[in-house]
Amino acid sequence: MTRKQQRMTFVVAGLGALGIATALVLFALRDNIVFFYSPTEIVEQTVQVGDRNFRIGGLVENGSLQRVDANTITFIVTDMKHTVPVSYTGLVTSLFKEGQGVVAEGRLGPDGRFVASQVLAKHDETYMPAEVVDALKAAGEWKGN
Amino acid sequence: MANLHWLANPGRFLRIAKAVSPVLAGLTVVLLAVGLALSLQAPVDAVQGTPSKVLFMHVPSAWMSMFIWGVMAVASAVALIWKHPVADIAAKVSAPLGAGFTAATLLTGSLWGKPTWGTFWVWDARLTAELILLFLYIGYIAIWQAIEDPQRAGKAAAILALVGSVNLPIIHFSVDWWNTLHQPASILRDGGASIDASMLIPLLLLAAGFQAFYFTLLLWRMEAEIAGRKIRQLRLLSAQA
Repeated sequence: MTRKQQRMTFVVAGLGALGIATALVLFALRDNIVFFYSPTEIVEQTVQVGDRNFRIGGLVENGSLQRVDANTITFIVTDMKHTVPVSYTGLVTSLFKEGQGVVAEGRLGPDGRFVASQVLAKHDETYMPAEVVDALKAAGEWKGN
Repeated sequence: MANLHWLANPGRFLRIAKAVSPVLAGLTVVLLAVGLALSLQAPVDAVQGTPSKVLFMHVPSAWMSMFIWGVMAVASAVALIWKHPVADIAAKVSAPLGAGFTAATLLTGSLWGKPTWGTFWVWDARLTAELILLFLYIGYIAIWQAIEDPQRAGKAAAILALVGSVNLPIIHFSVDWWNTLHQPASILRDGGASIDASMLIPLLLLAAGFQAFYFTLLLWRMEAEIAGRKIRQLRLLSAQA
């Protein structure tokens, strides 16, 4: 083996070992790296949330958004399997709508209602001008909301 | 590897770089001008409205931030294994450019996040991994600053470039592996791009313009670095005489 081949073996083996080590660390930390939990994880209690602050993410269920007073809204977060009711006092961006993605941060009350201190709108990876959306809807080929 | 050997001679590299860099500079100006003009005329996204225009700066910057670290990792492996001096220089002068694109990615992303998500910053996996990339660039630049001997500095920096490359797949796949606030990929995804052609074409032109911009600056900076090393060597020789 020449010096050059030795160095190459060392670099390749080093990168391989590093890659495996990183994968193991990320796998071990997978529950901490997620930004939010789904309604299913909360309802089926696959994660223990207890009293602490956490985030819940999903879609705002169609027809669930209600304005309680000037600043307070209630809505239901769904992942199409389970749902969690949420109440929130504060501002939301114009992206926050029924049928759109949402991530809320807060605590679970004793009655099973999630009291949010922050509500963020999540958008998906499609980018379409309004005219194209209208044309797809007219043709009956629109799959979004 | 035969043609890489051929380029490893700094003198020969300089002759080629001097011929190619004006062409690349011209290409940069044309691509950025056409891409910018088309992106300003492009329609906005139906859901997001005007903030979706940030796409045209954010996405090419983000691609460059990762691409440049990839270039540095490959150049560093070549420098470590084959001891090519030009590869070492390519990696060194790329770092500040990559750091700039990474900072631009984080800044434009932040300005995009506020009106759409409702926040400038969250610690989700995608955003955090990109921030770590910025710290990797800063660390890489710091190694070159801290160690005076270019050979020793190059070796230490090359190891960081290779180690740091594990972050690249983490950035790319973070949105698939974990729940994140950041949406998944729109272009490099199964089932083709989910961006309408009216926005995709200006975006790809600008991405090509950013690439040409990087390679133009890379060649200019490499020429300057090679000249700087020659001056350093001549000073050392004259000091010894």
